[in-house]
Amino acid sequence: MSIEVKNLAKRFGQTVVCDNLNLNIPSGELVALLGPSGSGKTSLLRIIAGLETPDSGTVLFNGEDTTHVAVRERNVGFVFQHYALFGHMTIFENVAFGLRVRPKATRPPEAEIKKKVTELLKLVQLDWIADRYPHQLSGGQRQRIALARALAVEPQVLLLDEPFGALDAKVRKELRRWLRRLHDEMHITSVFVTHDQEEAMEVADRIVVMNQGRIEQVGAPDEVYDHPATPFVLKFLGDVNLFHGRDHAQGAVGGDAAQAQSVSYVRPHEIQVLAQPAEGSVAAKLIDVLTVGPNTRLAFERGDGKGEIEVELTRDEYAALRDAGVLVVGQGAHLKARRVRHFEAPASAGAA
Amino acid sequence: MSAVSVANPLPVQSVAPPDVARATTEPVWVRRVLIGVALVFLSLFLFVPLVSVFFEAFKKGWEVYVAAITEADAVSAMWLTLIAAAISVPLNLVFGVSAAWAIAKFDFRGKSVVLTLIDLPFSVSPVIAGLIYVLVFGLQGWFGEWLMDHDLKVIFAVPGIVLATIFVTFPFVARELIPLMQAQGQEQEEAARVLGASGWQTFWKVTLPNVKWGLLYGVILCNARAMGEFGAVSVVSGHIRGETNTMPLHIEILYNEYQFAASFAVASLLASLALVTLVLKYIVERRVHQQMAQVQQAGAAA
Repeated sequence: MSIEVKNLAKRFGQTVVCDNLNLNIPSGELVALLGPSGSGKTSLLRIIAGLETPDSGTVLFNGEDTTHVAVRERNVGFVFQHYALFGHMTIFENVAFGLRVRPKATRPPEAEIKKKVTELLKLVQLDWIADRYPHQLSGGQRQRIALARALAVEPQVLLLDEPFGALDAKVRKELRRWLRRLHDEMHITSVFVTHDQEEAMEVADRIVVMNQGRIEQVGAPDEVYDHPATPFVLKFLGDVNLFHGRDHAQGAVGGDAAQAQSVSYVRPHEIQVLAQPAEGSVAAKLIDVLTVGPNTRLAFERGDGKGEIEVELTRDEYAALRDAGVLVVGQGAHLKARRVRHFEAPASAGAA
Repeated sequence: MSAVSVANPLPVQSVAPPDVARATTEPVWVRRVLIGVALVFLSLFLFVPLVSVFFEAFKKGWEVYVAAITEADAVSAMWLTLIAAAISVPLNLVFGVSAAWAIAKFDFRGKSVVLTLIDLPFSVSPVIAGLIYVLVFGLQGWFGEWLMDHDLKVIFAVPGIVLATIFVTFPFVARELIPLMQAQGQEQEEAARVLGASGWQTFWKVTLPNVKWGLLYGVILCNARAMGEFGAVSVVSGHIRGETNTMPLHIEILYNEYQFAASFAVASLLASLALVTLVLKYIVERRVHQQMAQVQQAGAAA
């Protein structure tokens, strides 16, 4: 089922959480709403679910206006960040809940409920804990049960609110791959909220980047990463170095006087470290080295004193340069950007 | 003379100190003295009076005791006490659950005012509570004439006693449920609604099971107070023997008439009720703590 959101607005008191949002989610897609906290992504999800009412605007399911359809009639599956499992029911009863509360006319017979729940528990690979209670389960298990419970009512749309936010890093990684595979099997239109750009990139078909109640960009993961529409998207999807237009006299960013008002952005891993000055390079002094996992992060202080530049190299690249005697803390080197992005300087250009 | 006086609506935290560090323990003699003082105080002011109630009750023998509690006026007092509790406890159960539901699950203007109002019966003296009803429904009160014309009696009759009891016991259930419901939040209710449950189903299948122990705890306290209430009931009752006397009032009348054995016999019934309540309260309190701990655990795991 496709989801469409038109001119949606919502505010809580003075805070605008949805500022005239327009969004189209085609049937069968897995979409991530990505943004920092307070960007309105959870509110948008809850409005789609019907748990929140918009101040104005419409929500359409398959082209039909569902803005004022009650939550229980929308046929959506919703997975909560903190699972929201019913603590006094067994896992089996939790998953069966959506079937048991149906009116008598549409309620499946007991044998069918049992079959269906067992199937779902198998799907989430937890059929062996049907008789336990939620508090006896680990976080990852609880979240999988929450998903099974949401799927039990055969929803047309699956909505997930920071589904992996409360889990530790390793479980989170496993679960998001598992979610991706599950989606590939079931093709149910899914929307999930996250503040983790890596998670969004890994799981989603498309990413909706949100900021302060507005949609900054909608696109495939590669698209938003490689062609960010706004400085915010660029900054939110990874670290970035900032160069103001006036700096281009240094040659670091190239271009001419027409760009005097523009701001240039360079990602740390898109900077070359050179022993000798080259065309468009900047002189800088190495002040700090930090190796995390496969990469080494270097902090440089610009020769002209206009701030710091961050560079990221692979461990091997760093080792090679260090052994060549180029990267010594306290000594100078030359930096050259491999790739530069320009944006017109916004009225309130924030620091990177 | 209310044998069951439970003014504290919240479960008292009686958690054993976990692994007290050596640096913070006191010398043995200090500990013994403190424990000793506490024990002496408890026995003097709680245990001895309780024993004396039963001692006095049986002082003149079993027959006098049985006669005192099977006498017509005593039986009628017991009935009235039971009726007052049987009406006020279920009503306050409904009021308390609705008030707690409204306060914990919705945001509205004047929420703090409602919260304060719920506490009013705790802060107002029971005598004042009784007087309020006399002023409203009494012969010289606002509705006095109208009631008279329609031959309805509220004050110095059973309805007045029930009203006064409802007033003084109002906060027990609500006060017990509000913190529990607030701690639990709304996520489970939202999950139930998304899964297609109606409001009614959500309440019975999700909300109520989640607060059942807290609710039971509130009901036990409410019942204890309803049966033991003296002040408010005394003002509206009129002390008509065999008609508007509840057990606490009956005890007072017997005592004032120097029928000590009879007085203590009836008092021993109320005291037994208090003991039963305490045991129930202890059992339920443990379940409430477990429920709270589960909520906190779920929150911590999240």
